[in-house]
Amino acid sequence: MNNLFVFCETENGVVADVSLELLSKGKKLAQTLGCKLEAIAVDYNLYNIGRQIFKYGVDVIHVADDRKLAPYQTLPTQKIICDLVKQEQPQIMLFGATSIGRDLAPRVASALRCGLTADCTSLEIGDHEEKKTVKEENGEIKQIVTPYKDLLYQIRPAFGGNIIATILNLHTRPQMATVREGVMKKEVFDENYKGEIKKIDWQKSVTDLDFAVEIISRHIEKSKINLKAAPVIVAGGYGVGSKENFQLLHELAEVLGGQVGASRAAVDAGFCEHERQIGQTGVTVRPKLYIACGISGQVQHRAGMQESSIIVSINTDENAPINAIADYVVTGDVATVLPKMIKYYKANSK
Amino acid sequence: MKGFKIIVLAKQVPDTHNVGKDAMKEDGTMNRAALPAIINPEDMNALEQALRIKDQYPETQITVLTMGLPKAAEVLQEGLYRGADKGILLTDRKLGGSDTLATSYAIAQAIKNVGDYDMVLCGRQAIDGDTAQVGPQAAEKLGIPQVTYAEEIENISESSITIRRRLESGVETVKAPFPVLITVHGSAAPCRTRNAKFYMKNKNDESKITTWGADDIKVEDDKVGKAGSPTTVKKIDAVVLQAKESKKLSDSDADIDGLIKDLLSNHILG
Repeated sequence: MNNLFVFCETENGVVADVSLELLSKGKKLAQTLGCKLEAIAVDYNLYNIGRQIFKYGVDVIHVADDRKLAPYQTLPTQKIICDLVKQEQPQIMLFGATSIGRDLAPRVASALRCGLTADCTSLEIGDHEEKKTVKEENGEIKQIVTPYKDLLYQIRPAFGGNIIATILNLHTRPQMATVREGVMKKEVFDENYKGEIKKIDWQKSVTDLDFAVEIISRHIEKSKINLKAAPVIVAGGYGVGSKENFQLLHELAEVLGGQVGASRAAVDAGFCEHERQIGQTGVTVRPKLYIACGISGQVQHRAGMQESSIIVSINTDENAPINAIADYVVTGDVATVLPKMIKYYKANSK
Repeated sequence: MKGFKIIVLAKQVPDTHNVGKDAMKEDGTMNRAALPAIINPEDMNALEQALRIKDQYPETQITVLTMGLPKAAEVLQEGLYRGADKGILLTDRKLGGSDTLATSYAIAQAIKNVGDYDMVLCGRQAIDGDTAQVGPQAAEKLGIPQVTYAEEIENISESSITIRRRLESGVETVKAPFPVLITVHGSAAPCRTRNAKFYMKNKNDESKITTWGADDIKVEDDKVGKAGSPTTVKKIDAVVLQAKESKKLSDSDADIDGLIKDLLSNHILG
């Protein structure tokens, strides 16, 4: 049975948000395809996993649960997944584009000789016709059309500005993709949904050599910056100009009860920390209010914020691409406008 | 203790800050020849790590390997100017249009052709695609372990290397045996600048750079280029912004005051 599989990332037995989001999306795709949704988890102390994820519509959870398998290690996890894929023949397999997913998925794809698309911003099911021109022996040129049904459209902004690419795997299975946290919406399918838990006989897949890389120490902390939950985001781009000017964004965010975000250009320029990056290769956010300061608005950035309820753009360039999706366009300098916003918010909110 | 044999993978990438739609060919692959080129930043971080090992163990041999157009030899020169010993340019029409899987196969074949090595170092990801796939995939093709997102080499001995990794939500320190492939994170030390002595020595000397084609590394034709790439670009869409009816404001006090009042009365701000 060619089902849809999601790699379920866990830390101390707790399923990561990105995996719940992928299960939510995976369920919809599985319904379109008329197949089952299955999950794989490799960790220790996974006794609670059913209660965490069945409600997302998971039909089967494949579990490799052992002290030796935690925390995450590349080689054992890769071997376990590859053997399971060979046995179960899924048509689609999704991973979170996290530190773990981006370490694991390419290695799995390479071992299975499958295509993998990184950082998809949308996944759809659709058909395709492959057209090939061949020259017959008699010199006649013929076009051969091969139809494909129900493929996974792996959609992502591609290199260089305003381009969205749709990528397909025609001949290899599973069709593999990674998706960043926050891109898909987390939605419970049915609180009472019940699936089945299957134990993976993982010792068959793994040898001692796969434990060659030894974890000496590990410090994981929950990020203090929670952009996804912020009702207001004040985000800065390269146009903010300096780290000092970025301080103005922090002041406005503080006053409005929001968080500071940034475009990639601002992060690359060293204006603020990487954890605040919004966009295809950062976080995806949907706040009530998004204030874009000196952000031009490349498609990779817009992919991470365009579903905000209200967008205010502050830019000296009145033709900045982001202005096209903004509800309010303020043409002016960030250093002038932000102090005024703080002033008038304080004056009007009392 | 003698030195180590290190292969550094470096890629010439288009400067992604200033490119438009003309940079793509009709089949959805990149028109690299038309773009300004730089060395992928995280590959420079990787080179620095290799050079630090060589500082500590001067008999270390660093080979920089790049795959790309003939122009990518510039990457190798930059490596030599900073202290690398050799450069290998892998260039062949047959390799054009390769996706990450086909690329990692070609790179793994080239590494096998170099022969004996202790470490492969490369950047975590390249800025033209941000996939971070080629490192782990090359490690898999070589059948060696990988350590991704290296931030600092804490210790290196004859039999193992201890590396601090930068994760999204923390750090992890691991100890790996040789041979191993290490991808280096942008938070690692930046690469040193050109060394005047190495520059003078290598400026007009091309003897340290070797060029290999697909036949030299014995690739199977159906595993490289478009034929060897399981991913296909179905289509490329220009993004059409669904232009909203936006309110145009100036930076005057009256306009900003009005904006804040609007947001408050619509309960966007509390």
